[in-house]
Order: sequence, then structure tokens, then C-alpha cells
Amino acid sequence: MAMSETASMGGVEDRTIPCVGRVSARRIESSDVVTLDVETPEGPVRYAPGQFNMLTAFGVGESAISISGDPASGRLTHTVRAVGPVSRALCNLRPGDAIGVRGPFGVGWPIGTAATRDLLFVAGGLGLAPLRPAIYAALAERSRYGKIAILYGARSPDSIIFRRELEGWRGRFDLHVEATVDHALDDWRGHVGVVTNLISQVEFDAEQATAFACGPEIMMRFVAQALVAREMRESDIHLSMERNMKCGYGQCGHCQFGPFFVCRDGPVFAYEAIRPLLALREI
Amino acid sequence: MNDGVILSCADLNALIESLRAEGRRTIGPVARDGVIVYDDLESIDDLPAGMSDEAAPGHYRLARRDDDALFGYAVGPHSWKRFLHAPVQRLWRSEGERAAARVLAEPLSQEKTAFIAVRGCELAAIAVQDRVLGEGETVDRHYRARRDNAFLVAVDCGTANGGCFCVSMGTGPEASGAYDIALTEILEGEHRFLARAGSEAGQALLRNLPQRAATAEDIRAAREVVARTAQHMGRAMPVGNVRELLARNPDHPRWDDVAARCLSCANCTMVCPTCFCTSVDEASALDGSGTARVRRWDSCFTMDFSYVHGGGVRSSVSARYRQWMTHKLSSWFDQFGTSGCVGCGRCIVWCPVGIDITEEVRAIQASERETEARHGNA
Amino acid sequence: METLERILGEQPFFAGLNPEFLRLATGCANNVRFAAGEFICKEDDPADRFYLVRHGHVALQLFAPGRGAMTFQTVGPGEMFGMSWIAPPYKWTYDARALELTRALAVDGLCLRDKCDHDHDLGYELMQRFLSRTIESLHATRLQLLDVYGAKV
Repeated sequence: MAMSETASMGGVEDRTIPCVGRVSARRIESSDVVTLDVETPEGPVRYAPGQFNMLTAFGVGESAISISGDPASGRLTHTVRAVGPVSRALCNLRPGDAIGVRGPFGVGWPIGTAATRDLLFVAGGLGLAPLRPAIYAALAERSRYGKIAILYGARSPDSIIFRRELEGWRGRFDLHVEATVDHALDDWRGHVGVVTNLISQVEFDAEQATAFACGPEIMMRFVAQALVAREMRESDIHLSMERNMKCGYGQCGHCQFGPFFVCRDGPVFAYEAIRPLLALREI
Repeated sequence: MNDGVILSCADLNALIESLRAEGRRTIGPVARDGVIVYDDLESIDDLPAGMSDEAAPGHYRLARRDDDALFGYAVGPHSWKRFLHAPVQRLWRSEGERAAARVLAEPLSQEKTAFIAVRGCELAAIAVQDRVLGEGETVDRHYRARRDNAFLVAVDCGTANGGCFCVSMGTGPEASGAYDIALTEILEGEHRFLARAGSEAGQALLRNLPQRAATAEDIRAAREVVARTAQHMGRAMPVGNVRELLARNPDHPRWDDVAARCLSCANCTMVCPTCFCTSVDEASALDGSGTARVRRWDSCFTMDFSYVHGGGVRSSVSARYRQWMTHKLSSWFDQFGTSGCVGCGRCIVWCPVGIDITEEVRAIQASERETEARHGNA
Repeated sequence: METLERILGEQPFFAGLNPEFLRLATGCANNVRFAAGEFICKEDDPADRFYLVRHGHVALQLFAPGRGAMTFQTVGPGEMFGMSWIAPPYKWTYDARALELTRALAVDGLCLRDKCDHDHDLGYELMQRFLSRTIESLHATRLQLLDVYGAKV
């Protein structure tokens, strides 16, 4: 859907040209993760949950960053981990600073086609960011879906992002939220262990469930296998892939994943479509 | 008109003159630094008359012919890609408060060009890049502008070099596709050119040149030129479904074998007329008044190409070679409905260690057949 | 006794066990409860039982001077912990501590080992189940060891 929306967002036909947005709010999520709200001159933005933008820190460079906000808000929200020069510069932006925005790009979560079904959101680390718009979308029409579970794995309690929100969701009667960490000290009251452990603890109808998983590739492989072990169909499991991206629309060649361009054909893929590729090294 | 007209060498020069009179920059083959490159030419005197190219895996030399053929060689390291999909392209610059108040798109090239002596394989390569960059959901406007401003004068190949395998790829030696004018150089008897128009613009231009109608004899001679070249191909892509072959062999031991020879130098991707990958750099003005984004050709053979935080996805040479060759001959079909290889042979000739893409395909194919034979299910 | 057998049979670990085996296992089991914060076992204690958690959560921990108690796994309803009683030296290799009021079934390992020695069919059936739990926890441990979430440095 969003492919055709793109031109309007930048105000120009050329998809290489960013529009100049302004950071309107900055929230620190953890020691190296920051969430930015961005206002663009065109006003309300439209995007599909799971899509991403190419964000420019002027003078430093550009990076593909998933959209992590509420699609109904009309506002752009991005959650960035400082790992390289560009993401570090993005994390250091302050309210009022200029930021370049191109997008949105890619195919998002097929949340619309999952109506009436049970939904499982399985996130690892920063992987909760691209899932959050889909969670918002599902909660906005809560009655359209069956059971909804959010399973979140993080490295340690202090690396959990969107903490207050997760706690709020956990308090709802119509949501099953579980968080687990790899390591914790005594003051953590939640689960310790890998996120796949949580899958056995959730109730869902494998025939009538759709799963959305995002996190490190290795974690998604194990999550998909655990879901298949619970007799879910491979076509009902969706994963969001990460690859190097420069253009966002399948012309720079960097994000190739077998026959796919992750930026254009993904980043969200059905497990069924990419399972053979996930088993290949260095593809 | 489709039967064509006959131009003499002087008439051919008149063709170049009229293209220049239209305000076009005329670019064609010129001999420079021991190779034939594509550069500005003002008249037919700039063409490498009487030259030929001697090519083999990892080998290229210019040689003298015993005639004055103007197009008596195949292809050198340059392809028309450099004039359509620029090696370095500024995309935009920003200026204003903290160098980020305004983003100004780079203006499109207005330059009108004429490419002289575009070969069959190169017309095919341009058609491939048209699909990748110039058509469909997202059009690269810089490519599109240059493409729309280019007038293509094609030429049938009268000679093949040791790298050529266009016949097996179905792209040559006859020029076919989106040319404006196509020529066949006939050396038998009087030195002349059979010219045919492929577009209205080509037709209009031809109409105003001194010429004579082509006779049956001219047409026979021209056909013979193409037929003779087709019989002298340097090599051939193996027959069979190469797309499927590579798709089912991502773990073939041959990838490690080729990796032991491959220097990962990226030459093959630079000389390839269809390789389209690019990267972007940020450039800042020294006084901090502005920044710019510049796009450059990139290669899947570099380590940074597949970098995701922490490291490259394809860190081994074997994975990078597999990516390049599988993309070119197999996944290109999935992505663009066509092969990414046009059989020009440049990757073979300009590989410093002479890796031959057709030979690599043959090796994988042969090992599969061997396995089938051993298992008795051939 | 009849209720205990039913409760035991409802635990995923014993699911689908044939009634005769279930009756034998029930003979080794009893209901236990632990208050929040209470230690269920401590590292190096003799290991003579395993636990099937019914309600509440248990943290499996190792303590290091200067770092405190580090939890490497939590165990919740429907899950089990404790396999050190199966093989020598029969010692717990971690501390287990109830994170909240926890109800569990404790199964006496010595009693069960004795019954398995006498009935190898029972032994084979149960060892398969223990082995599959071991494999699962090995897989999970690998993932944890890889430390996949953080930024690589």
C-alpha cells in the first residue's frame, strides 16, 4: 500500500530526496536506545505497521529505521539503537533538530488479514519497535481479534524498551503479556530464560492464530520452529528481516536475500517463503 | 525503409555531423591507453580504424587488422552504463541553518547524447537496466533523463573476441532492440554500411543523409557478416536451465573452489554492463554551510556491502561470489523477469585471475550430472 | 491419593503416561508450598527430588560475590526443575527460590529411581521425558549464551 504514499510524504517524486522533519520529542528507552517523535512539513503521515523510513542525520548519513509509533496518531515515531555513526547521530538529536525522512518503505505486518484470529507478537530486544505499530493497530480494534499475546525477550531488565507501556498492557484483562530476560539480578521479578520458553506458556488456537515475530535472526528462527512445534502453519508466521539498505526501493542491491529485496519485498515475510533461505549461511 | 540504405564512410561521418548539429554529445569507441574505451568523438577519424581486440580470460590486447574496419573489434572495459547510470551521481544537497534547513534535489542532466556503435549485447544490457532503474514502480529519474536523452546508433558485430558469448545468451551478434539506427559494416568490396532505422527519430535522421538504396547483394553481404561472427564466439554459456541449476546449488563445493581463485577485487561488477548496485556517501562543505548525498557504484564483492551492525552478512569470498553469479544468472529472473547476463564477456576478460562465468556454470552442471549418473537416475 | 494422582496426571511432564505408571509415580509425589522468598534448595545440597510447579514462580540462581544472586532461569506453572537426582553426584547445582507463594508437586527421586530400577519400562518412559526436557533446556541455554539481543561490540 505505502509505495504510492511515499511521493506525497516527501512532497517530491524522487524517492532519493528526503523531506526535512523536526524532532518534536526524545525519550530515552535504555542506555543505548532512544525514541524520537518526528514532525514532517506535510503534516499527518500514513504508514502500515511494520514499514520503515530512511532517516538522515544531516552531514553524517542515512539509516533504515522501523517506525515504532501508533499508526492512528498520524505522527512519526522511531526507536533507534546507537550502534554506528549514523544511529549514534540520530540518537543524539534533540527536540527542534532537523532530521531527513524518506519513506515509508516496504511491506508491513499482514494485520488486516488476521481479523478474528488469535494474535501472537513475539519480540526480541529492539524487535519490539517494529511490532509496536501492529500492537497498537490490533488494540485499536481489539474486538476484531481472538486472544492476543505479547511475548518479549530482552537481554536484561534495564534493556527493556517501552517499559511503562508494557506494564500498562500487562494490566489489561484482554491481553496476555510476558517478558523474559536472559540474565537478571535479584531485584527482577519477571521471567528469566529465552523467549521461546514463553511460547509454551501461552494459550492460542494453532489453527486460528497468526504470529508476528521480530528480533535477531537467530531468535526468529527458533521462535518460528517453536511455533511450528505448536502446530502453527508456516504461512501464519511472519518475520521481519534486517539487511543493509541504502535506497529503500530495490535499486541499490544491498538488501538482497536470495531472490528478495528485503526493503521492497519485505521487511516482513511469511516464514513459509523464507524458511529455506534462513537455513543458508551468508545468503 | 527496413531493408535499409547504404552509407559510405563519408556518409557515416555525415551521420555523426548531423547528430552533433542537433546539439548532441557524440560518444563512441576510441583507442586510449591500449584499450578501446567509450569517449567523445568528433568524426569517424576518432574511431579505432584497423584495430581489433584480442581477449581471453584475464587477457586483453589491441591488435592491428589487415583492413581499415571502423568497428572491427568487440567490447572493451567500458560499457554504456557509465553514461546512463553514472558512476558518481550527486542526489541532493542541503543548506541553510545548521546545513539542514532545505534539501535541494540535484538537477537532471539536460545533455543530449548519441552513442555510436552500441553492440547487440549492449542493447540487451541497456534493456536490462531499463527494467531495473528506468521502469516500474520506482523510476530513477537521473537514469531516465539520461536514457531519454540518448540517441542509440547500434552496430552489428563483425568480429567477436575471446570473451564473447552473446550467441548463447541470445543477445547478438546482430543488434536488435531499442536502437534508433543500426549499422552493419561491410568490408567485402566497397567499404560501406548497411543502415536501418529503429525509431522515427532514426528514420528522420537517415532520410537526410546522402545514401543509396540497399541492393539484395548488400543485404546478403550484411547477413554474412553477422553469420560469420556468430560462428566465431569465444565461448558459450552451457545449454540448460542455468537459473534452476544455481537456485538449487547454494551449497555446492564449487563456490569454495572459485573463492580460492577470486581476489574479490570487484572488477567484474565494475565492467559488467548490467550490474547496478550503488552506495551513498555524505559529503559536507568544509565551512559547514551544507551537506550533499552522493551515490556511487558499489559492488557485492566488498565486505561493507552487506554490513549489518556488527559485521557483513557475506563475510566469505565464496558467499560473495555465489551472490554475484547467482544473482546474475538466477535470481535476476525472479526480480526482473530476465537474465542479468548478456554474454558480453567483460567479467571474464577483466578478471585478473581469469575466472570464467561460463566455466563455473559448466563445472556445477557437470558435477550434478556426474552425481546423477552415479546414483543411476540420470 | 486419588486427587494427587489426578493432579500429577495433569502436569505436562506426566501427560499421556499410562495409568499404571502414573499410579507408581504418584506413590513418590506429594504437594508442597513455599512462601515468597523461601529457598527451595541450595547449591551443593543433596539432590533427591524434582519439582513440578503448579502456581507461582521459582527463580534458579547462582550467587557470586560482588555481583549478588544472578537468575539464569525462572520456572512457572506447568514447568519442572531439578534433574541432579538422576545422576551422580546427586547434588543441586543452583539455588532455587520461590519468587512468590508457590505451590508445587515434589517427586521423590530416590523413590522413583527405585521403581525405575525394578520396572525398566517405567524407567525408559520417564527417562525419555527427562531427556526431552534436558534437550529443550540445552537449546535454550545455547540461545542465552549467544547473547543475541545486545549491540555487538
